[in-house]
Amino acid sequence: MLVAGAPPGRVPRGAYARGVRDEHGIQAEGLVREFKGGIRAVDGIRLEVRPGEIYGFLGPNGAGKSTTVHMLTTLLPPTAGTACVAGFDVARDGAKVRAAIGAALQEAALDPLLTGREHLRLQTALHGMPKAERRERTEALLERVGLTQAADRKVRTYSGGMKRRLDLALALVHEPSILFLDEPTTGLDPQSRNALWSEVARLSGDEGVTVFLTTQYLEEADVLADRVGIIDHGRIVAEGTPGALKAEIGRPSVEAVPCNSSERAAVAEVLRRFGRPVPGSPKGVTVRLDGGEEALADVVRALETEGLHLDHLQLHSPTLDDVFLAKTGRSLEGAAEEAESRPDAESEGEPEPLRA
Amino acid sequence: MKSFRSVALAVAWRGIHNAFTNPAILVPSMLFPLFFFTAFAGGLSRVADVPGFDFPAGYTAFQFVFVFLQSAAFGGIFNGFAIARDFESGFSRRLLLAAPRRSGIVAGYALVALVRWLATAAVVTAVALLAGMEVLGSGVELTGLLGLGLLVNVAALLWAAGIALRFRTLQAGPLMQVPVFLTLFLAPVYVPLALLDGWIHAVASANPATFLLEAGRGLIAGEPVEVAAAFAVAVGAVGLFTLWALRGLRSAEMAG
Amino acid sequence: MTRPLALQVGSLARRSVVRTLRQPVNVVPSFLFPLILLAVNVGGLGAAERLPGFPTDSYLDFALAFTFMQGALFATTNAGTDLARDIQTGFLNRLALTPMRSAALLLGQLAGIVALALIQATLYLAVGLVAGVRPESGVAGLFVVVFLAVLVALAFGAIGAFLALRTGTGEAVQAMFPLLFVFLFLSSMNLPRNLIEIDWFRIVATINPVSYLIEGIRSLIITGWDAQALALGFGLALAIGAVALAAASVWLQGRLARS
Repeated sequence: MLVAGAPPGRVPRGAYARGVRDEHGIQAEGLVREFKGGIRAVDGIRLEVRPGEIYGFLGPNGAGKSTTVHMLTTLLPPTAGTACVAGFDVARDGAKVRAAIGAALQEAALDPLLTGREHLRLQTALHGMPKAERRERTEALLERVGLTQAADRKVRTYSGGMKRRLDLALALVHEPSILFLDEPTTGLDPQSRNALWSEVARLSGDEGVTVFLTTQYLEEADVLADRVGIIDHGRIVAEGTPGALKAEIGRPSVEAVPCNSSERAAVAEVLRRFGRPVPGSPKGVTVRLDGGEEALADVVRALETEGLHLDHLQLHSPTLDDVFLAKTGRSLEGAAEEAESRPDAESEGEPEPLRA
Repeated sequence: MKSFRSVALAVAWRGIHNAFTNPAILVPSMLFPLFFFTAFAGGLSRVADVPGFDFPAGYTAFQFVFVFLQSAAFGGIFNGFAIARDFESGFSRRLLLAAPRRSGIVAGYALVALVRWLATAAVVTAVALLAGMEVLGSGVELTGLLGLGLLVNVAALLWAAGIALRFRTLQAGPLMQVPVFLTLFLAPVYVPLALLDGWIHAVASANPATFLLEAGRGLIAGEPVEVAAAFAVAVGAVGLFTLWALRGLRSAEMAG
Repeated sequence: MTRPLALQVGSLARRSVVRTLRQPVNVVPSFLFPLILLAVNVGGLGAAERLPGFPTDSYLDFALAFTFMQGALFATTNAGTDLARDIQTGFLNRLALTPMRSAALLLGQLAGIVALALIQATLYLAVGLVAGVRPESGVAGLFVVVFLAVLVALAFGAIGAFLALRTGTGEAVQAMFPLLFVFLFLSSMNLPRNLIEIDWFRIVATINPVSYLIEGIRSLIITGWDAQALALGFGLALAIGAVALAAASVWLQGRLARS
């Protein structure tokens, strides 16, 4: 059950995949979306999401994440390129795509005047479920997302976390094989965020649902995603597992701060045996480890052997922000600030659909 | 006193500047009175043929006075909306923090209402004159009419300010508007008091707005009636709603 | 209507009605305001009964029709604002991701208007009857009054839906309210057209379709069965509704923009 306080963390893939609900995944080739004024919010995206995996789509505000999601969920026709979701072409077989997917988009998109239960009843009715099944499914989903107690309260009284949970429940009404989550934890407190992560991991691990998750939070992509695509200015700049992407950038570094500042030179001498010095804290010494994370134990032993006492020892692994920095020359935070200061297609009023 | 004045002028400058540099703010408040004037004076002019209707300046002037005072009242109310909007956006907190004499804030809003209404009144009057309105009152009498309008404008603003300061949300808009609307329309709008019948006559007779309307019409027709009573009502309303607004300010201060 | 479409329309209609009735701040004024204005106008303009050529000896009978028009105006803004909110919050996107047919959305939306208009019309008629109105068309005429009033509300509601779909914002819909109000006032709402003295005003009232909507309802109360007035009233209500619905449908397709 999706309840705040459930433990976070990635679910090992081999541990429980009992069956993969989705057999096709998502494929996009040369996907482009152009808006009025020639603004290309999405500029030729090629991606593949394997069935049953959690794909994290990471990028700053205005990078093109939501536009991509809108195209893949058939809400926005592509200007160019093709995409297949659950084995169906998004441009030609929209209705079939929609039958196979669930989406919790960036806005919670709830009616403040309806209760949680009424939302689910409406959603089940729109999916054409028979009356008895509607009731059953409503109660099951309310239970699953922990909203049974609040089911008869109007949504305007819900907290942000509760709204997101209801949003997720609505996306799961028709048991989709592919789930799109557009920045699902933005604005949530850490507890609610962890709870949502657990549920997403369970959906993928237990039920084999393919999850396409967009986020601007590094930690979210790192913890949840099997593979990550990093998007900037409408293009994918890097793609792979979080570990592989980080390894591509470089090896980890270790920073050691001696208790006694007079021992700094001695610490530096020891650390130099394990790697090349790099800029770091002025009080300590930082080197990039030639032997990777595994060399950390040797570093500790060597420092102990020399009788050097440390106030602080820290291993810095490359982050996805480092990956973004290496690929684009900017950090994700800096890119977010830059995106906020320029007008971008994703926030520039209502996009004109190209077809009536 | 100096800080009161500087606060009032600063708040007033902002409101006046925003209104006159944003047509979307100023124009609707001018169009509405013009529209009512057109609908009433234009569409109902035959009512002047009702036996017993003998207003010397004609139906256009008769309706002009109503529209003149109505625009003053609603001009005050619209500025009350602006106060509520400032609270919703958080701008009021900035004003409350910065102003050494907070009562100056209310005075500033009142100044904005006055200036905006004077612009509206000028336009409405010009249109009425172009439409052939007869003005039989003297300069002094017309100044009296203007004075009544100014007092109504300030009174309405102070009423709306009191609501806005207490509720601090635009959702309180109907609370500001409806009592003023009812007060205005339960008065001799279309015909003089003497031609009203039944319950409406009883209500209008007790309605303070009737004094204002009858006095205003008398001033424009050059036959002043109950002017002292009308000014007493207007000044009394200003006094009462000043207290109401200042109490509202205390309430807003306590809310933080 | 096929069963799935009926289910969709029913679900969306239920939501539309529930939502409308859960907003007393919007609903109560739409009931009270027209009645207050009626009382004020009848009190203030009752003397107009004495004008030579006035078609009835009761200004209340004459003015009652206007309450239905005002009710319809409220229906426009309520319907439009609700739909605009769905667009702004992304709820329309949520609906678009279901098998919902766009016809279901419009029909469901309009069902809420029908429900509100029925309650309004019944209320106004009841108040009128209590106050002494005696329709010349008899009991059958009462039903036709309600029917025509609901049709007018539907037509105006469709205009509201079109405005919402065209602009996508509730503020823009609200901003149209004064314009629609102007249409009401520049009509034969307060005096019959032949008694409007000012030429340009009379011409505008003659061109204004709202005059004929009012006169259609009014004829059932003060005249009886006036075929021409009814034909014009029904015809224009249907025409306005059809045009507005068509325009709303076109813009809805654009809003949904689904493949």
